[in-house]
Amino acid sequence: MARAKQAAKTGASPAETVESLSKDQLLGFYRDMLLIRRFEERAGQLYGMGLIGGFCHLYIGQEAIAVGVQSIQEEGDQVITAYRDHGHMLACGMDPNEVMAELTGRAGGSSKGKGGSMHMFSREANFYGGHGIVGAPAPLGTGLALANRYRDNGKVAFTYFGDGAANQGQVYESFNMAALWKLPVVYLIENNQYAMGTSLERSSSETHMYKRGASFRIPGEEVDGMDVLAVRDAAKRAAAHARSGEGPFILEMKTYRYRGHSMSDPAKYRTREEVDEVRKTRDPIEHLREKLEKDGVADEATLKAIDAEVKRIVADAAEFARTSPEPDLSELYTEVYVEAAQ
Amino acid sequence: MTDILMPALSPTMEEGTLAKWHVKVGDTVASGDVIAEIETDKATMEVEAVDEGVIEELLVEAGAEGVKVNAPIARLSGGAAPAKSAPVADEPKAAEAQASGDPEKTSPAEDKAEQPEGDGPAAVRPKEALADPEIPEGAKLVKTTVRDALRDAMAEEMRRDDTVFLMGEEVAQYQGAYKVSRGLLEEFGERRVIDTPITEHGFAGLGVGAAMAGLKPIVEFMTWNFAMQAIDHIINSAAKTHYMSGGQITTPMVFRGPNGAASRVAAQHSQDYAAWYAHVPGLKVIAPYDAADAKGLLKAAIRDPNPVVFLEHEMLYGQEFDVPEGEDHVLPIGLAKVRRNGADVTITAYSRMVGLALKAAEELAAEGIEAEVVDLRTIRPLDHDTIVDSVKKTHRLVTVEEGWGPMGVGAEVIARVIEHAFDYLDAPPARVCQEDVPLPYAANLEAASLPSVEKIVKAAKAVCYRS
Repeated sequence: MARAKQAAKTGASPAETVESLSKDQLLGFYRDMLLIRRFEERAGQLYGMGLIGGFCHLYIGQEAIAVGVQSIQEEGDQVITAYRDHGHMLACGMDPNEVMAELTGRAGGSSKGKGGSMHMFSREANFYGGHGIVGAPAPLGTGLALANRYRDNGKVAFTYFGDGAANQGQVYESFNMAALWKLPVVYLIENNQYAMGTSLERSSSETHMYKRGASFRIPGEEVDGMDVLAVRDAAKRAAAHARSGEGPFILEMKTYRYRGHSMSDPAKYRTREEVDEVRKTRDPIEHLREKLEKDGVADEATLKAIDAEVKRIVADAAEFARTSPEPDLSELYTEVYVEAAQ
Repeated sequence: MTDILMPALSPTMEEGTLAKWHVKVGDTVASGDVIAEIETDKATMEVEAVDEGVIEELLVEAGAEGVKVNAPIARLSGGAAPAKSAPVADEPKAAEAQASGDPEKTSPAEDKAEQPEGDGPAAVRPKEALADPEIPEGAKLVKTTVRDALRDAMAEEMRRDDTVFLMGEEVAQYQGAYKVSRGLLEEFGERRVIDTPITEHGFAGLGVGAAMAGLKPIVEFMTWNFAMQAIDHIINSAAKTHYMSGGQITTPMVFRGPNGAASRVAAQHSQDYAAWYAHVPGLKVIAPYDAADAKGLLKAAIRDPNPVVFLEHEMLYGQEFDVPEGEDHVLPIGLAKVRRNGADVTITAYSRMVGLALKAAEELAAEGIEAEVVDLRTIRPLDHDTIVDSVKKTHRLVTVEEGWGPMGVGAEVIARVIEHAFDYLDAPPARVCQEDVPLPYAANLEAASLPSVEKIVKAAKAVCYRS
């Protein structure tokens, strides 16, 4: 896929090759993507068993984005997204046990069972949610960037939302202020082609999301969001732009979700063939696996060992999420307010 | 050996039809492979394998209807999957235990003993802890407008804490649409006094994001009417995040601006939002009357670690009151103030309505009725102790608010009094509020719509059974 269609003023460094990355880094990308895939599959299973309630939006197919972007973040950079958030949390380094236990609504969950799938946070991992209102991360993430500017701390706010959310007005209100004040924010539009059941073509007069910042003079790039190295490469440029005081940058991550919008979506608005085609030809994990084998970075035994490790982590997370107790009833009334420290 | 279970398409699904198998006995499957299709009356969905292995047995035939959720539908041989990764076999029990709803585990409503009164334990403070600070002997009282008191509160807190900043429309170069932020740009510079575009939804969200990152924004709305564009961030992003994050993320910030009816600006610019925001757990809501309270409570709101909705009144901005000199005038949030003592009837009011209630009390006194005027000051958490104590003394209650009556602040005050002082009431309480119409423009209709001294006097007499 063509990159840098609207290359703006990027001093585009040559794309990283497999050779320029260490073996550990490459295997790390593979492991992190596989962890998200297996975690989400297990979440889907637990949902089917009634252990996870409400809405549950899986990240399967989109793994390369969270992993690729995370790989270039600096200590202290922030991440915020909407409710398809499990992948970002794992990529941020949150404990899979805590994330899975939050999905099952248990005391061991990252929000003690009070947030659920769509509302998780980690101050430690600089993950600011987990928001149930799709466009909300745009101004909230821009606010994180405003705080970075206020403190002049050199940090960047990585602000994710989807192609559906990109039609909300608050996104453009945020674009305007971010560009006006040159705030250090990278907007990552995960274009998985469907806003719930409405395809991009049926919902968007401009289907090229990377152009959505044009009237605010925000540069944008289209990126193959199924290729973790392409994601990493583009994110690096965008982050450098934002960090240097040039203001916001938009990356349109072309991607695809294999599952329905949520667990209760039968996805009748697209054909089985369409999904199969993407899985067969563009799967981010298979793509990297083949590359690693072909380039001799890893042999089958190494990859199998990673598979087994990931499997164990996910099995442990599922076990923890099933056995962690439900929150104590006293939790009902805690944390509505912060106790004043006066 | 691992059982594959009938999955649920939704939290409410109990059974469904196994429409089709995509695999047969002997097939090898891997994670993500589609193995079957199930359907309910609402939807069809594919079932994917989670574990690897060889299909040993299909336990349910294609086309079978009424297959219960969590019933085994196929059996998978161990394959490459280590036993530890397949905890599926003993999972139905856990799921059933949950579905059957062990009341001890899942019914918070039954735990009445824990049920709080009023705003809930999180909002209720021990009464003893709350008291207006003593004004020191010899402290100078300075005549100050509400406008300048608010400005002084912000300036003092900004001097005290570098994380406090002000953002909103016209707050910097224009000095505030109502001149409340006069002089702040000059003193603090554009880093901390930020003019925003006309973009309430956006800048309220930016403010919440900055608060999540640890700053203490004061977000000014030119009027609260425009904050309806931003209400999603005030409620969904600011009020709920501390709870939803299990206490990890806080949003220490103040949303402020003029609230209620100004003069002849008609329906879309004249509305009292006290009841709207006071409905929401996670928010504190303050509506002061005089300049000393405006200053002391705004300082408290800025220092408070929670999101605070601070409702000012355009028609009070220019009014002068005594304010204690100095930077230490900070008042407790959640404490009402008895502004006039009286034994015959309690009148509750907040914001501009306090002035009307005090005038009404004077007129009533001339007719031999001594009214006690309780200034609520904080709407959430509501200080119902002060209200209830007063009604226990007067046995009669009139509530005054500028907003609409139905589901309003007065309705809540009356509910609290009925809960806590039912036997003390000698007459049904009365509400004085805006008539139940959008505020009209014509001068006579506007006056007829809003509460007035005359209406308060009339209501007080009515509950005293005096004509």
